[in-house]
Amino acid sequence: MSRFFFPHLVLVSVLVAPASNAATEPQPAKKGPSTEVPVVIQPGTATKPAEGFQAPSLTYQTQQSGTPLNASNSFNRLLKTARRHQAPTDDGIHDPDNDGTKILQPPLEAYANLPRTASDLGNGVDWVKAMDEHIISPRWDIDDPEMQPLVMDMNIIRFPRGSIPNELFPHRQHTLWLDCSNCHPAIFIPQKGANQISMAANLLGQKCGTCHGKVSFPLSECKRCHSQPKVLPGREGVKP
Amino acid sequence: MRRLLKLAFDKHAAMNWRLLLIRALALWAALLAFAGPASAEYGDVVINNYAETQGMRPVVFPHWFHRIRFACKVCHADLGFKFKAGGNDITMSKIIEGQFCGACHNGNLAWSVKNCNLCHSGKPGTPTQVHESTSQELAVPAERGKK
Repeated sequence: MSRFFFPHLVLVSVLVAPASNAATEPQPAKKGPSTEVPVVIQPGTATKPAEGFQAPSLTYQTQQSGTPLNASNSFNRLLKTARRHQAPTDDGIHDPDNDGTKILQPPLEAYANLPRTASDLGNGVDWVKAMDEHIISPRWDIDDPEMQPLVMDMNIIRFPRGSIPNELFPHRQHTLWLDCSNCHPAIFIPQKGANQISMAANLLGQKCGTCHGKVSFPLSECKRCHSQPKVLPGREGVKP
Repeated sequence: MRRLLKLAFDKHAAMNWRLLLIRALALWAALLAFAGPASAEYGDVVINNYAETQGMRPVVFPHWFHRIRFACKVCHADLGFKFKAGGNDITMSKIIEGQFCGACHNGNLAWSVKNCNLCHSGKPGTPTQVHESTSQELAVPAERGKK
């Protein structure tokens, strides 16, 4: 349903712009249908504007065309994630009438000191960086706050077909959070070449998609996995 | 009100900013009436396996809140939560016995199960799902035809 929200923004701009024009332009005193002609600036007539002249805003085009902006032809009609990080009372899945909902923490309050990602996709938080910089220290054991994870620093590089940049899988970032048994052997067989991984499987929530696209950074952050520029045969020295 | 509505949808009215304002407001009101804002935080899980059939609101589990405090391993390896929304057979009696959520939510490590509405805070009628997950972002549902 959130696809309806972008039209709101468009409408807000439509609502605001005519009001500001109205505030600055002298209005005719007469009532009834207006007969005034919208100001049109001809291209190429670069004259100095008169005193107190307000340049017409872009909304004039909408007014001239005679049709209001139409929800069925809105920009980015199928984009689904327009609003992020809403407080529980506004997020659409919590019941705002529930007393408990009001005392739950809003996500942005928790993210205040955490490093954010440029894309703001997913939680918009760089969780590994937050851990590396000791801004958060998630417990490795339910009772013992001192217990440390068994970190394995081993990178695996995979070579996807075509010009897709090679994919680097860092074990270190994953073993900061997870136990070996979380992935091996049920999701990934711990053997070179034994795993058939595809983006299609990921999209369906298998393989990497078990976490990425649900809680870890989403699949739309392509370059965080496909991070190694590929040198194509015959195109050495060509920058990607 | 009726006059306003009539004016808003009158094809022959000359365009001026007031009319545009009225039309925009009418459109906005219509959109607001249609739009149920679903913009939960990424990774929020709604669990409604049993709750609503037992007369309680669905449970909302915020991943972001818990991963600040615990590594994934604690719940997903030690406590046995599977990586699948709704894939864990969680009941209140198991929680009171100290399984699943009850391993922490025992009044000792985290607030106790007596705070019913803090977990059971979901909007009635919300099905079991992971919010903002890939399958929800796709314009055509990837799992269509699975059930």
